[in-house]
Amino acid sequence: MNLIQIDAQSWAKGIEKLKAVYRTFGPKKEKNDLEFKELQAGELPELHFQNTRMSPKALVYPQTQAMFTYSLDESREDCRILKEVKRDEKPQAAIGIRPCDALAFKLVQRNFDSREYQDVYWINAYEATTLVGLACDHPCSTCFCTSAGTGPFGEEGLDVLLIQQNDTLYAKAITQKGESLIQAAGWKSAAAKDAAGNMDALKTKAESEISAFVETDKLKQKKIMEIYEAPFWEAETFSCINCGTCTFVCPTCWCFDIQDETHGKSGVRMRNWDTCMSPLFTIHASGHNPREHKYERVRQRFMHKLKYYVDKYNDGIQCVGCGRCIRSCPVNIDIRKICNKMNSFDPQSCSCEVASS
Amino acid sequence: MTAYTDKIRQIASKLLTEGKVDMVIGFRKGSIPMMNQPLFIKTPGEAQELIWDSHCALNLANYVTNRKEKIGIVAKGCDSRNLVTHIIENKITREQLHIIGVPCTGMVDRHKVSAMIEAEITAIEESGDSIKISGNGFSKELKKTEVLQENCAGCTHRNPVIYDELVGELVPEQSGVDPYASVREVESMSPEEKWNYFEDLISNCIRCYACRNACPLCYCPTCFVDESRPQWVGKSQDPTDVRTFHLLRAYHCAGRCSDCGACERACPMGIKVREFTKKLNKDCLELYGWEAGLTVDARPALDTFKADDPQDFIK
Repeated sequence: MNLIQIDAQSWAKGIEKLKAVYRTFGPKKEKNDLEFKELQAGELPELHFQNTRMSPKALVYPQTQAMFTYSLDESREDCRILKEVKRDEKPQAAIGIRPCDALAFKLVQRNFDSREYQDVYWINAYEATTLVGLACDHPCSTCFCTSAGTGPFGEEGLDVLLIQQNDTLYAKAITQKGESLIQAAGWKSAAAKDAAGNMDALKTKAESEISAFVETDKLKQKKIMEIYEAPFWEAETFSCINCGTCTFVCPTCWCFDIQDETHGKSGVRMRNWDTCMSPLFTIHASGHNPREHKYERVRQRFMHKLKYYVDKYNDGIQCVGCGRCIRSCPVNIDIRKICNKMNSFDPQSCSCEVASS
Repeated sequence: MTAYTDKIRQIASKLLTEGKVDMVIGFRKGSIPMMNQPLFIKTPGEAQELIWDSHCALNLANYVTNRKEKIGIVAKGCDSRNLVTHIIENKITREQLHIIGVPCTGMVDRHKVSAMIEAEITAIEESGDSIKISGNGFSKELKKTEVLQENCAGCTHRNPVIYDELVGELVPEQSGVDPYASVREVESMSPEEKWNYFEDLISNCIRCYACRNACPLCYCPTCFVDESRPQWVGKSQDPTDVRTFHLLRAYHCAGRCSDCGACERACPMGIKVREFTKKLNKDCLELYGWEAGLTVDARPALDTFKADDPQDFIK
């Protein structure tokens, strides 16, 4: 596909034009960090950053979402009837999303848009969203995207890829949705002929700057129960305080909890992000909790991402290597270390009690 | 403070060799700058993993709650105060603990340091009072005293209050510091200003509960936010529920908080959650002359009654 060249002036103009067609989101300074927020008139997305603190998953899958409203007023005809909440499904555009976060939407899609279940909330929001990626020219030391199915210039999941060189942006449409957005923004100057070659060089350079890796090649062939019962879990998860940070900052964590909140005679049925780190995630009405201990909960998170998902979909790990959980974990639990331990675990050579019993 | 590392290793190794403890809880070097990881070791050979520097800011008392083993634990001033509170509150016995006391000169504020530099900090080195941070194309020397966690800058209990042995000479306690300056600032605000101040303070809370879970005081079998019958607090991002969580969390810590700063350090969003607990610490000090965790021989302010307790607030 053709590369479009965008100078600073047409960038600013184009973003303003987009705001008329799309709810436009981009990285914005927010209390010493960057978060994806709606861009107001005159605001441009930040383009010099490593990544936002929270993943942009909330654009499609908000932390709290009202699903239904209801009335408990017996005198009303619609008493106890759930009524769907009208959702704003105006087209939206995420400008400056990183390739890892874009791929995350494809992974999450497997859960929300499968043959058995179609989650209309997620699907409609996702379909209304155009993802305009920004290639990473300086990946973080905690980024391991190249061993998680993408890369600093990865295109999967994106509608447009933007590449920055000095003060010029180059845009590459990847999907029809992306073409439409570029058109709406009025960006049309074709890039010089040698631009594509330059972009390839930038890509190679950025990939060579990735310094963190995980090994995942043996995860599939491992027996579930052998990893599940591996002796390293207790020690590796000791520091965990069971907060929900890793799951909330993660672009691929998709679990939610549905709650009815009643105020007087009316109420809202809503869903909220849930976290498998919390004992509440699995506690039964009887009081029994199948994941009673901390290590069981931490193990669940890693087993889900790095083993159950791998086995179920046969398409790599449920992780895009953004490194947020590593950077945000208050007690330095590092998924790279756990992943490598799981991948290299050999019960035969292990002198532990599990293997000998 | 890095010189303490050798001594900690020596003591831990000796305790385990002699069978005086079943495990030693301390810190190991983290996989990213400014983040050390709490760990336990059970054999003398593992003692080499233990370290000490200005990034051991989490409170290790959090890791001994209800444990049954005999435990060697590395404890700076605030950790030791929370061990005292744990002992008073029957979460562990004094006999179970061998406290390896660390005279502390303060911990580095990871949020503050990260915010000072636009680029990623990939390495940090410490020598004496100097902290050198570096990353791709930059290197910068900082004075440790300028980047201390706020609670450490105003700390008046840097030495452990109980210990079985020390890893170094006691350090002079700070005098002339004012731990409550920011509380007074808030106190002087109008109700409307206070409201706005706290609304802004917690506006980006994601309710991950890292502040609660990093806190050694928060050991309830079921936290009030997790109760379902009755459900005290909603689980959404509704501002009323977010406020309720923060205010009640703070009140549950009244008279028990050592201002160790673990809550603030743990917060992934960099929220200054100590703004809530500090006010209650100040009230406890002014009303009852009480500072938490200084002695096992007195009951906490809200756990006891005296005829001359102030009662002007009863209208």
